[in-house]
Amino acid sequence: MNKYITAYYMDEEDLMKGLRQMKAKGLKISDVLTPFPVHGIDKVLEIPRSRLTRVGFIAGAVGAAVAFGFQAWVFTIDYPLNFGGKPFFSVPSFIPVTFELTVLFAAFAMVIAFLITNKLSPGAKPLIHDERCTDDRFLVVVKVDDDSSDESISQIKLALAEAGAEGILLKA
Amino acid sequence: MENQTFILTKKLSTITFVMIAIGLLTLGASYFAGVGLDRIAANLLLNTYYFLAIGLIGLFIVAVHTIAESGWHTSIQRIGEAMSTFIPVAGLLLLILFVSGGLHLIYDWTHKDHLDEILLKKVAYLNEPFFYIRFLVYFIIWISLAYFIRKNSKQLDQFGDLKYFRKLRIFSAIFVVTLALTSVTSAWDWLMSIDAHWFSTLYGWYVFSSMLASGTAVLIIILFMLKQMGYMDHVNHEHIHDLGKYLFGFSIFWAYLWFSQYMLIWYANIPEETIYFYERHKNFSTIFYVNLILNFIVPFLALMTRNSKRGSLILLPVALIVFIGHWLDLYQLIMPGAVGGENAGIGLPEIGITIGYAGLFLLVVFRSLTKAPLVPKNHPFFKESFEYHTQY
Repeated sequence: MNKYITAYYMDEEDLMKGLRQMKAKGLKISDVLTPFPVHGIDKVLEIPRSRLTRVGFIAGAVGAAVAFGFQAWVFTIDYPLNFGGKPFFSVPSFIPVTFELTVLFAAFAMVIAFLITNKLSPGAKPLIHDERCTDDRFLVVVKVDDDSSDESISQIKLALAEAGAEGILLKA
Repeated sequence: MENQTFILTKKLSTITFVMIAIGLLTLGASYFAGVGLDRIAANLLLNTYYFLAIGLIGLFIVAVHTIAESGWHTSIQRIGEAMSTFIPVAGLLLLILFVSGGLHLIYDWTHKDHLDEILLKKVAYLNEPFFYIRFLVYFIIWISLAYFIRKNSKQLDQFGDLKYFRKLRIFSAIFVVTLALTSVTSAWDWLMSIDAHWFSTLYGWYVFSSMLASGTAVLIIILFMLKQMGYMDHVNHEHIHDLGKYLFGFSIFWAYLWFSQYMLIWYANIPEETIYFYERHKNFSTIFYVNLILNFIVPFLALMTRNSKRGSLILLPVALIVFIGHWLDLYQLIMPGAVGGENAGIGLPEIGITIGYAGLFLLVVFRSLTKAPLVPKNHPFFKESFEYHTQY
């Protein structure tokens, strides 16, 4: 079981101020849940760049290779057909399908990779840290080790309170 | 605080004057060395149109961002405005070229006695009086709107009154709409009518997409030049990132339209249409493929990652490549029809005259940059432009 402490802010600017204070104190914040995207929060939380673009590039390259290779094989070896007197291997006629499959592969791979890394799928049990973050609150989540002492937990709670967070709760 | 106003140093203006002198010298030398008059006229048309298009896109970028009320663009607005000052210069040069006999050298449809059946059907549009009327209409619209946009932008900075911004928005909207029409018809007039028997409905947009890519490339080049000289410190990675995205996107857009035009003609295989590409395949095959590599494959692969768009290390070389690439693109639009495979080539006349035009363009742009502070302090989006930050 994972234990975590939640606390919320009412306002975007208070949140950013609080986060900077916690960061200065060395408190490790696991996640922040906000009702809308907050500018500059990724820099404060030091969230690394998403690797989703790499998935997109690799899948797109695979899609292009598959589409081009398959068409080249079909129209030259497997089932050569004469279209309007064009040569069997004619690159311009392969380009539209190659383009479409590049986009298709990249799009599907990115959506699927996104769902897998975020543990989202149809029918997945939603992970709600706190009911309040489903409305208008800015929720800060700090994960706690199972074997951590009460003292360290109360220290984290104190740090959160000093940074101006409200409704501090320990959850399991 | 950084330098607020651009100062055109002696050294810089000397460089531009040397470039102009090189252009004039090669123009004179190629005339007396017996280079064909049609080749010289086509070269002048090529470069005048190219730098006119870059000036128009400078204004277009300002206008589009003014209508969209985009914040980040405020920091680089002066460059686009300065680029637009080349429009009247290009108009004058183009008029001189046409009036002094270039019209008959370049366009076959002006030889009234030798028109065949197809060209006779097009006389209602392709005749000299109407050609000059359209010419005047384009330049009256472009020059006056460029003047009003620059004037209101300057007044907005001086007085900080929002009424100037509202005026700026109205003029920008008019310019965007009229450029959508006039860029297409002017491409028909000056470029497509070189091969008057042939036509393509996509041609105007194709030329416009080429203009967009080269104009953005030149905007990036001028921005880095200014940064090198110690100006524009307020333009940071985030703004450069957006310009890089533009260059990347417009290059793909150009390739999309290039292929849309090429594939339909290739597939349908109708002789009166394929002759256009047949000529370019046969006599200009190197340029035909180099064009695609420089204008699509290089920017597509080089600007794909985020980091390459955020600094001068990769973005500046790619912008220079795209600038040369679209010059070549325009070359293969003009030369096969105006000069023909035997006499055309890329030699001293082409390179020298292009250097001359580049010098003239830079001189006009730098002179215009000195006239207004580089940082539009009173622009309503000035603060937003500084706070700007982009993720992808």
